[in-house]
Amino acid sequence: MVSSGCDRSQALLSEPTITAKLAASRSVPAHSVATDELTVRGLTGVDMTLTVAGPGTRSYAFVVDWHIRVLGVLAWVLLGAMLRQMFPVSAGGKLTSNPIMLALMVGAGLTYFLYHPVLELAMRGRTPGKRIAGVRIVTVEGEMPGAGALLTRNLFRLIDSLPSFYLLGLVCCFVTRQSVRIGDMAGGTLLVLEAEDSASSLGRLSALLERSSLPPETLKLVQDLLARWKALQKPQRLILARTLLARIEPQRDAAALAALDEASLRALLENHVAR
Amino acid sequence: MPADSNAAAWIKARAPAWQALAAEAASAPKRSRATPDEALRTMQTYRTLARNLASARQLLPDSFLTTALEKAYATLHMAIGRPPRFGRARLLTLFRDDIPAAAASVRVTTLWIAALLVVSTFAGWWLVTTYPALVSIIASDRMIDGVEHRHLWTDQLFSVAPPGFLSARIFSNNVVVTLGAFCSGILFGLGTFYMISFNGLMLGGLLAFTHQFGLAHGLIRFILAHGPVELSVICLAGAAGTALGESLIRPRLASRAESLRRRSAELGPLLIACALLLFGSGLIEGFISPNPRFSIPFRLAVGLGYWTLMLLLLSGRLFPTKIFRTASMSSASSARLSSR
Repeated sequence: MVSSGCDRSQALLSEPTITAKLAASRSVPAHSVATDELTVRGLTGVDMTLTVAGPGTRSYAFVVDWHIRVLGVLAWVLLGAMLRQMFPVSAGGKLTSNPIMLALMVGAGLTYFLYHPVLELAMRGRTPGKRIAGVRIVTVEGEMPGAGALLTRNLFRLIDSLPSFYLLGLVCCFVTRQSVRIGDMAGGTLLVLEAEDSASSLGRLSALLERSSLPPETLKLVQDLLARWKALQKPQRLILARTLLARIEPQRDAAALAALDEASLRALLENHVAR
Repeated sequence: MPADSNAAAWIKARAPAWQALAAEAASAPKRSRATPDEALRTMQTYRTLARNLASARQLLPDSFLTTALEKAYATLHMAIGRPPRFGRARLLTLFRDDIPAAAASVRVTTLWIAALLVVSTFAGWWLVTTYPALVSIIASDRMIDGVEHRHLWTDQLFSVAPPGFLSARIFSNNVVVTLGAFCSGILFGLGTFYMISFNGLMLGGLLAFTHQFGLAHGLIRFILAHGPVELSVICLAGAAGTALGESLIRPRLASRAESLRRRSAELGPLLIACALLLFGSGLIEGFISPNPRFSIPFRLAVGLGYWTLMLLLLSGRLFPTKIFRTASMSSASSARLSSR
């Protein structure tokens, strides 16, 4: 078994193969599906590429937000029911004549209808659903949208939601190049996949590069393999570890490498990252 | 290889600096306010990241390091391009400059939409007078039944619900109609024309129907206080919707999408004005219009007074330029500086 793994590792020496294998072994969440890219010229003249979120990601974010909205409204209704028990409406009196009930009804309505505009303004182009889905709203220039753009895109929900269940908006997302609905077209916005830990990943990578003598690509591969060590099946991680070590240490004998057990392989890889 | 060794040497030399850059890129987007020193540091980090990214693309194209640098650069780009806070200065600019400019840009269209509303009101009147059965399309059975028994549906409003609730309901209904008139303009203006015509037909039809039973003066008495502004706002929103449709039919910019985007941004302040005016209108409709204690002259005074206030707001005379210009400009510039 060990020798066959080593033979295979010789065949998998090329880096793109390793990368592809690592990528294949990763469970790809639905929200990473992207349909297009947005290239934006930065203020310095150096351009950058943002990954546009597709209809699937948008729908996922919307469904999460919708559930939060419904839960919010239900909380209001429950509160209303409790208060109604405590302060019963007089016989023949209308529900709307009770100021507490009135406030609760208005609160529930506001929770449902102002959820998106208020949270997008407060969270600078995000909502809890978008955050979970890993997307954020940006302008077509790749910047944070202003209040006007956010309000406009929310205003057009009136049209996007026609005839029901956001059908028009969804169709628009499927047929437009950047997967935008009518509100986004009017507001000049679009949803991009968020590089949430971009700054920290640069920080981690640069810290590793400072310590390690490995080239960045190899270092990243080793780091990825170690991070997903337990998630990978044992034969698979052994093959990948031997393949990487064969590349990192070409002087090491293939047979000796094949004889190493799992703990030793991991220790060697960790040593390379820390060195 | 020289290229590889160059890259390795460059990485070794730059790696310590990247950690500082990464820390700044992580903290800058989270700051709600930045001091001038912090703003300058962020700009410096942005420039440094741009230089490093350009070098990384040359030395290590398609590498993880280049991707990480690019993502950090994009994060900082978003943070730098963040619009200023919507403070007092921005609010003044909105009322003093943006709303009047948006209203002025659709002045002629507003008159055309008002004409359409008037024509469709007359058409509604004529249709219901000629074919009385048509009223069932625009009025519920309960309303028809009430009018046939010489009772306007508006008579009972005051006793059915408290004025506050009534105002909120009316306001939300009016806002939906107004925003609908604007947003449906995206159907090349046709949606707006339909909504304005339908509202005109309803108004004319109901006036004709109540007139047949001698109740038209009661209906006019009801709408006297809130009607002028409410109908004007619907015309304004209709004009804005038509302008939106026109931006698609005859784009002023390179593409229809760009033209739509620009026109929406220009007309946005007008919709804010419409919503505010409808809020006041809803209060009048909830507290004054259904209350039988208020006389016709009082209602007329309220209606005309509020309509004059609307004209002042839309013409920019509510916030004279000379008083507010200096103060708002200085606070606007300081707000911009603090946000950057």
